[in-house]
Amino acid sequence: MDPSLFLRSLKFIAPAIKVTVLLTVLALSLGLVLGLLLALARVYGGRVPRAVSSAYSRTVRSLPTLVVLFIFYNLAWIAFRVGGLTAAIIALTACTAAYQSEIFRGAIQSIGTGQMAAARSLGMTRGVALRSVIIPQALRLAIPAWSNEAAIVLKDSSLASAVGTAEMFRRAQQFGAATHHSLPAFLACGLLYFCLTFITNRVLDYAQKRYGLKT
Amino acid sequence: MAEAILRIENIHKAYGKTEVLRGVSFDVVAGEVVVIIGPSGTGKSTLLRCVNQLTVPDQGRVWLEDVELTDKGADINKAREHIGMVFQDFNLFSHLTALQNVLLALTKVKRMKPGEARAKAALELEKVGLVDKAGLYPAELSGGQKQRVAIARSLAMDPKVMLFDEPTSALDPELIGEVLEVMKTLAEEGMTMLVVSHEMGFAREVATRIIFIENGIVSEEGPPEQFFEHPKNARTREFLGKLTETRGDGAARGGRRATWT
Repeated sequence: MDPSLFLRSLKFIAPAIKVTVLLTVLALSLGLVLGLLLALARVYGGRVPRAVSSAYSRTVRSLPTLVVLFIFYNLAWIAFRVGGLTAAIIALTACTAAYQSEIFRGAIQSIGTGQMAAARSLGMTRGVALRSVIIPQALRLAIPAWSNEAAIVLKDSSLASAVGTAEMFRRAQQFGAATHHSLPAFLACGLLYFCLTFITNRVLDYAQKRYGLKT
Repeated sequence: MAEAILRIENIHKAYGKTEVLRGVSFDVVAGEVVVIIGPSGTGKSTLLRCVNQLTVPDQGRVWLEDVELTDKGADINKAREHIGMVFQDFNLFSHLTALQNVLLALTKVKRMKPGEARAKAALELEKVGLVDKAGLYPAELSGGQKQRVAIARSLAMDPKVMLFDEPTSALDPELIGEVLEVMKTLAEEGMTMLVVSHEMGFAREVATRIIFIENGIVSEEGPPEQFFEHPKNARTREFLGKLTETRGDGAARGGRRATWT
């Protein structure tokens, strides 16, 4: 294998790094908000919110990510007339929100009823108790599981290539098709994913040290 | 005859088929220290939770001064600002330091300005002897320290009544004393207290009245001297007798040395 090919492919893929990062960061953060809301609906909601949240999570997690991606990508066009990058982000968000809702549900439930009892006994309303006592603790408890999900979303962003998004994997495919040398391109692509995952894990390890709940 | 600050009337509570409370009624007058004792599983904790409505009774009413807490239209959150509660498992907020634990409700519920709240919180921690631990997290505190912070947290709200649900049951024996000392000081300062406890020494020394709950009703009540020395009921005598067996003679008579030093 020609090392110059490897370097050329690296240079060709590099501009797409920001697309991969954008996809990941947006899907993760929007997924966090949605996932947290779904988790709250599941633990504290009435019959209907609980059922809807549970059904959504179960369904999405029972399907391959690629399938969910295609479903939501098409739904985004049908419902909101959006396509391309926006639709890919919506689709990835829909996926990770389901997994994140399970992460946060577990975290909230492991907090124990005594916390809510103590907060309420001080005169806090349920809303204030959730915002000041339960959620801050749930977020901190969720950091380890969440960093796992973050790495998964980063890797799953490569699936957006299937709906035409010009992220890293797609660029690698394009290089391979144009030069008829796929292997160096995929190796280069792999190296970039490895670096990104490494950085992500380090950042989240720091977050766990700094903000993680001391038990 | 002093006005009752807390009135509990005919409380019934069942969990599934088991009726835990079967008509408990009593009044608490301002400044009284009422200690509730009885065999395990007789609904003592449930009763306490019915007072601040953390558990809603199936039947019965509760009044704090002239506000009926069991009334559907009552502002229970407002009422809870005047009722402090200390739990067996402390329930400190683990993501906050000791100081932050004490000041959270001051800023979120009482809407105090941060500077004011901080000063008040520091004062309350000082009163329980823990101001030097203000910046530590609950995980870094011993059980006795955690409970004292929990007491400071409740006291910071300036409640009219303090409820204690087996405050020392989860503590190692050598840590029980520091918590009971704080409670004793509180009693001496005139706080109205309703305490569920197994600490007979404390009950004997600090309580103004003992209530014995068995089979979901008030089986006997009276001032400690009368309760421990001349119990009226056979069942009460039996219960106190059992204490002698397991914890030594001093316990039944409420001797100080037997349970806390």
